[in-house]
Amino acid sequence: MAIINHEAELARAGANVSSTRGQILFLARRYPLGAVGALIVLLFIFTAVFANFIAPMDPTTTNAKASLAKPGSVYWLGADFMGRDMFSRIVYGARISLAVGAGATLLGGVLGVAIGLMSGYLGGWFDLATQRVMDIMQSLPLLVMALVMAASLGPSLENTIIAIAIPLVPSVARVVRSSTLSLREQPFVEAARAVGMGEVRIAVRHVLPNTLAPLIVLATAQLGSAILTEASLSFLGLGIPEPYPSWGRMLSESAAEYVRTAPWLVIFPGVAISLTVFGTNLLGDALRDILDPRQRT
Amino acid sequence: MGAYLTRRFLLMMLTLFGMSILIFVMLRLVPGNVADILVDSAGIADPKEKAKIAAELGLDQPIFDQYLHWISGLSRGDLGFAYVSERPAIEEIGPRIPISAKLAGLALFFSVILGVPLGVISAVRQNTGLDYFLRILSLSGLSLPSFWLGLLILMASVQWFGMIPIYTNEPRSFIDEVLLLSIPAAAVGFRSSALIMRLTRSSMLEVLRQDYIRTARSKGASQTSVNYEHALRNALLPVVTIIGIEAAFLVGGLIVTETVFNIPGVARFLVEAILWRDYPIVQNLVMLIAFIVVVVNFLVDMAYMALDPRIKFAD
Repeated sequence: MAIINHEAELARAGANVSSTRGQILFLARRYPLGAVGALIVLLFIFTAVFANFIAPMDPTTTNAKASLAKPGSVYWLGADFMGRDMFSRIVYGARISLAVGAGATLLGGVLGVAIGLMSGYLGGWFDLATQRVMDIMQSLPLLVMALVMAASLGPSLENTIIAIAIPLVPSVARVVRSSTLSLREQPFVEAARAVGMGEVRIAVRHVLPNTLAPLIVLATAQLGSAILTEASLSFLGLGIPEPYPSWGRMLSESAAEYVRTAPWLVIFPGVAISLTVFGTNLLGDALRDILDPRQRT
Repeated sequence: MGAYLTRRFLLMMLTLFGMSILIFVMLRLVPGNVADILVDSAGIADPKEKAKIAAELGLDQPIFDQYLHWISGLSRGDLGFAYVSERPAIEEIGPRIPISAKLAGLALFFSVILGVPLGVISAVRQNTGLDYFLRILSLSGLSLPSFWLGLLILMASVQWFGMIPIYTNEPRSFIDEVLLLSIPAAAVGFRSSALIMRLTRSSMLEVLRQDYIRTARSKGASQTSVNYEHALRNALLPVVTIIGIEAAFLVGGLIVTETVFNIPGVARFLVEAILWRDYPIVQNLVMLIAFIVVVVNFLVDMAYMALDPRIKFAD
């Protein structure tokens, strides 16, 4: 069972290309905003992975003499109150954002897929009970839910990932469940059953891959919200603890007071968050247009 | 219709009941309870003293009894006592609600008057330079953290006016209050306006492809008449839904914005109460938020039924 037929999709869009490079160039021309988004996301991942080669200084080393140093040749983006290099902290901050963003999206996705698949496939009381639990979880805004979760788990990198992942579960579960409900009745599922395939195997091998397109679109959108939520949690003092350089916490350390005295401490971490989330949103929009024609705007 | 309403109402109560259990259990998982924090901050290390405080707050009772105590109080309108201030929780929460409600109302107002017209323009001028600009603008609205936007606004007003527009004293008049709240409201509303704009755009585009629009055009209706009388009216239905849902979900934006602008509303109070482990405040505030979300969803469904004659729920 073909899941996403790239060749056919490209041919339908009017592309006359065969090489991978040609395909990428075609998509980039057709979705210029998406291409910009993809570049931003790649840059973000590259920065996170190679942070130790890119950052000129250690992000946690303090230097009393450099306290609140202005941006210049030594401290490119200035230094914070404790004399830590802002550029290096922002570069290392990409690691935290990527770890929390990707970690929470992945964990929420895996849990949501498992729950949604079981709910849609098994039906009955299990489905009913799960749907009610999802209702309950969705009756709080993402940030409020994450805030309470983060507070009850305590501040650490792992707990922040869990606190953001759990509120993401219901929307994944709903998407997977509704696709599963319609796929369950398809002839190819019946055929698989007729040749004697087990139900679990059918669910995982035949039903799951066909829910992939809306899932990828949802996951990209959730990556952006997860990064934003981490920044908000850390800003409020309930996210990533010291000494990890989190973009959100850099803003809380420097907030209201430095607005007057050291604006660079406020501007640069915010630019980093906004640019990254902007990139994931641009990419997400293009992916939705490519993968999910029903939702096309 | 009647049966549908009853079922919908019962589901709503079930959701709220589930939320009350979830929040109660989650708060009790917190490492370190309020007795520890109060004792530490007062510098008392005597375990007897600590046990006395815990007993006074009812923390020594079984968790099930604590839950029953809370819920039975809640049904009588008794929210219990705040741990930190030792005042009735209702007196702590009550006066803060109007402040947040005004802020949320203003934010919603901004987001609708910006979002709907810009979304229509973007759809009518699809794939022009203006459309691209508006789409990028709305995407950036979804990408900027609202606390950072708030900080940027503070920075700009320091630069240009030499003052910080944060909430320090009780505003003297209604006009003063609206002026003071409109800046943070714009910071919160920008995100919702972006969402509303995107949805208005896609909903308009969907409707503009319909046959009856082509019919209207072929009958010689003017461009304006087609866009506003035929298309927009029908395109607004999903927009009404998202406006309702956003009204409830603005709380997320309020939390950080009230913190940045030092506004003494309920959203900032929730963060303070969480940091203080002030359970009576946290659980009641979370229930309040869940209540608002659930009721708004219910009302949106009702509005949908009233607005769209095609939707009829079978009994």
